[in-house]
Amino acid sequence: MTECSANKSANGDACHHKTNGRKPGRNGYVKNRFHLQRQQLQNSFYPKEKASCNGGLYSRPFLESFEETPMLVAVLTYMGYGILTIFGYLRDFLREWKIEKCHIAREREEQKEFVPLYQDFENFYTRNLYMRIRDSWNRPICSVPGAKMDLVERVSHDYNWTFNYTGNVVKDVINLGSYNYLGFAENSGPCANAAADMTMKYGVGVGSTRQETGNLDKHEELEQLVARFLGVESSMVFGMGFATNSMNIPALAGKGCLILSDELNHTSLVLGARLSGSTIRVFKHNNMQSLEKLLRDAIVHGQPRTHRPWKKILIVVEGIYSMEGSIVRLPEVIALKKRYKAYLYLDEAHSIGALGPHGRGVLDYFGLDPQDVDILMGTFTKSFGGAGGYIGGKKDLIDYLRAQSHSAAYATSMSPPVAQQIIASMKCIMGEDGTTIGRERIHQLAENTVYFRTRLREMGFIIYGNNDSPVVPMMLYMPAKIGAFGREMLKRNIGVVVVGFPATPIIESRARFCVSAGHTRDMLDTALSAISEVGDLLQVKYSQHRASPSLDRAFNEPAYEETEA
Amino acid sequence: MYSNLVSVTESSGMDVKNLKEYLCWLYYQYLLITGIYVLEPWEQSIFNTVFFTMVAMVIYTSYVFVPIHVRLALEFFSGLCGGQEESTVALMN
Ligand SMILES: Cc1ncc(COP(=O)(O)O)c(C=O)c1O
Repeated sequence: MTECSANKSANGDACHHKTNGRKPGRNGYVKNRFHLQRQQLQNSFYPKEKASCNGGLYSRPFLESFEETPMLVAVLTYMGYGILTIFGYLRDFLREWKIEKCHIAREREEQKEFVPLYQDFENFYTRNLYMRIRDSWNRPICSVPGAKMDLVERVSHDYNWTFNYTGNVVKDVINLGSYNYLGFAENSGPCANAAADMTMKYGVGVGSTRQETGNLDKHEELEQLVARFLGVESSMVFGMGFATNSMNIPALAGKGCLILSDELNHTSLVLGARLSGSTIRVFKHNNMQSLEKLLRDAIVHGQPRTHRPWKKILIVVEGIYSMEGSIVRLPEVIALKKRYKAYLYLDEAHSIGALGPHGRGVLDYFGLDPQDVDILMGTFTKSFGGAGGYIGGKKDLIDYLRAQSHSAAYATSMSPPVAQQIIASMKCIMGEDGTTIGRERIHQLAENTVYFRTRLREMGFIIYGNNDSPVVPMMLYMPAKIGAFGREMLKRNIGVVVVGFPATPIIESRARFCVSAGHTRDMLDTALSAISEVGDLLQVKYSQHRASPSLDRAFNEPAYEETEA
Repeated sequence: MYSNLVSVTESSGMDVKNLKEYLCWLYYQYLLITGIYVLEPWEQSIFNTVFFTMVAMVIYTSYVFVPIHVRLALEFFSGLCGGQEESTVALMN
């Protein structure tokens, strides 16, 4: 399984590039010309990336890059944190001696002898670093967070300890932060109307669990639709995506089981794995050698001390990693899973709807069979503009979960208008509403993604992740630049998400853009020119591999070919 | 990237032409890189005072002491070389 190289698959495509149709065992929708162009681009854009091995398993070039941090930037970043830490200690010292008023929770006088609650690094960090730039987070929004949104204007007169609302609204801020991949977060249109009608008919609250009196016909309908959409036997929906992970993994694995988890998995997966009480081993992000080694060790050595074989081995991965923008190497994971007879849990929270020519997630993207993944999980929060999560798989599995899962037994079921929104948007994606809107949006998203990523790369920013991933992390590194970037972008009427320490390694602070199908080319151009301007102002164009703009023809080619229905 | 910062700043300085604006830009970069951009003004003044005092002291001491040390070193090394020459000459003879 390791004999093929990426070049081989590229050459294979080169030979076939006249036969522009489906090829058995390949993803027939990929434009071959596009393949070639990208392959050429590879040399100029991604010189440092690991040319993906196992090319034989991939139906398309797997281009993923994580440019290394420039040395000087790393040193300066650490220096910046050092200076801020010194000032943090100074402020803590002043607070300790009551020279300055402490605005944040602290140990009470009566609790002096107790175990300290607010003294670990995270608290220090919140108090002395996060507080200073927290105006870039938690901004109240007062409209639908679609491609554009309105923000409530707020000011702080005491350096972010408290905020005052001025009563004004910042209108028409371009939204580059929401996970609104297909643009279904709308307050008008067929989906919103369907949800509104449903509210008139069923109300909003359900007030009971699925096992009791909270099982509506809409839920049943939604589950059948989801199963059909995913191409699996059966599925189950839950009212909250986070709980889908954290409450179902404990139902699937327990003591004596082994969970192999990617190091960058979402907190909900981590929490679920911990709650399950199984042994957890972590493999390096998207690193198949690391995963294979863990699998081998697990099979050779069995459980610690007793050396009994593990009851189950569950591999937990995500489709698109939301902080790195990388796509899981699913064909390789599936090959490993089959070879070592492990189970696979795939969280498609970000990838469902956003990837693949039919919007069916990573499986669709790689052209794989849904039966190869044992547990397909995803959320409706992102691409479908709703809320909640689902689990899909074999009928036995779903029946078991219906009886065992905590979120089925103890959590209120999904609100009917939300269910209706998901049904409407999913039908739209599948083309069952009789329009091509869904297909167009998928197409538009792929196009926007390639355009946005290519342009950012050309400008000289360090962009992480896979070329087809609509999550675009852009590196900022220095702590002051996190705050400055958020503020400067907002001044230019663009809302971005900036991410710092607990969510990323300490020096790899970044801004994360989420491209949406709702963004028009104009919006993207406005945003890109603002990003470029701020990038010059803040000097964050760190990339050492400048791409030449002459290659910008590629993004006019969408990643997927329109297929006739 | 910062190795060519100097050239970047020079070119944009040319563009801007206005020296004051250029200095503001330079100060802004200094704020961002040191991280004191996020601090409150009084903290910034403390940092600036300490930082610039230190820089000034380094420059002053190097101005005062470096020439002396250089001269001493020169003397020392030339003495060494001279001495060696003499001894080799002596040996040859
Ligand atoms: C990978 C992953 N799983 C689960 C969730 C939780 O989904 P929800 O927001 O619907 O609760 C998220 C949310 O960001 C996620 O990124």
